[in-house]
Amino acid sequence: MPRILIEETRCKGCGLCTIACPRNLIILSERINNQGYTPAQFANDEKCSGCALCAEMCPDVAIEVYR
Amino acid sequence: MPQIFKRPTSLKDVQTHFCSGCHHGTIHRLVAEAMDEFGVQGRAIGIASVGCSVFLYSYFDIDVVEAPHGRAPAVATGVKRARPGSFVFTYQGDGDLAAIGTSEIIHAANRGEDITVIFVNNTTYGMTGGQMAPTTMVGQRTSTSPYGRMKEKDGAPLRMAELLAQLEGVSFSARVAVNSPRNLMDAKKQIKTAFRYQVEGKGFSFIEALSACPTNWGMKPLQANERVGTELCDYFRLGVYKNIMEL
Ligand SMILES: Cc1ncc(C[n+]2csc(CCOP(=O)(O)OP(=O)(O)O)c2C)c(N)n1
Ligand code: SF4
Ligand code: SF4
Ligand code: SF4
Repeated sequence: MPRILIEETRCKGCGLCTIACPRNLIILSERINNQGYTPAQFANDEKCSGCALCAEMCPDVAIEVYR
Repeated sequence: MPQIFKRPTSLKDVQTHFCSGCHHGTIHRLVAEAMDEFGVQGRAIGIASVGCSVFLYSYFDIDVVEAPHGRAPAVATGVKRARPGSFVFTYQGDGDLAAIGTSEIIHAANRGEDITVIFVNNTTYGMTGGQMAPTTMVGQRTSTSPYGRMKEKDGAPLRMAELLAQLEGVSFSARVAVNSPRNLMDAKKQIKTAFRYQVEGKGFSFIEALSACPTNWGMKPLQANERVGTELCDYFRLGVYKNIMEL
């Protein structure tokens, strides 16, 4: 099953991945990370197609995609 | 399970200083991917400018020369002529390239130097606190245009991709954006074409990348990203303005 890995410490909570995902599988969490941002979180890992659009859009290269 | 998306090798595995939602990070990655694809990392020499992208040497795993403000195309000219086998690109903001460095970019382009210029247009001077740039939109409020840019007094925003395309020395000129997956995929393609010109020794190539500066626009990252796709793309039309060899 395809999946993504969000490197939380690199995430700046910009939310660009959340609008990039065609299946709306990513949300911003309410936690505060080491940089003071609320990092992105994989909300549902069952429906991921591994299209990598989230990773493509991330300005901080914080997402890895496995398929 | 194989990893299908990972950090390009030309990009160091470090955290950047860019603000949340700043497109500089995305554009850095696309440039690094293109270098990986052409296998030029070992002979690449980046020319950094003055602005938020000044730390090119901290982020790219290549050799970098830091040029004085606006002078990156002149430094790139010297580097490329002294080392013709190297792969040379500049990475410049709009304050750097279209204001203080207007003369250098026009003459380097007109001479048809065998270099690639990555021009990041975020319609403001990011690093110094959001002053008006030649690319600032009419009506846009900045720290030096508190009532909005006025066309009568300040002129209309400069369209560098179109302007440079008119020069005979220019082989390739295109404007791209990274605000949506679709625009980003096209940006990848155009950056690779620009690099192909240099790899094949076919002259001066220019990429203008529209970029969000949430901090100085006073916007949230998603709002700033949206502004690129609407207001900016409406005036700064995306497209290829010159491609002499149809590469
Ligand atoms: C000769 C000189 N003049 C002025 C400055 C101040 N300065 C630093 S960055 C900058 C403009 C940066 O804006 P831009 O090129 O648009 O890049 P951005 O930060 O938006 O990426 C200016 C005017 C300087 N460093 N050197
Ligand atoms: S890989 Fe595609 S489907 Fe999976 S989370 Fe990212 S954007 Fe969504
Ligand atoms: S695009 Fe990247 S930095 Fe922005 S919220 Fe998503 S993972 Fe975090
Ligand atoms: S000030 Fe603007 S250009 Fe500079 S890092 Fe922040 S968002 Fe990017």
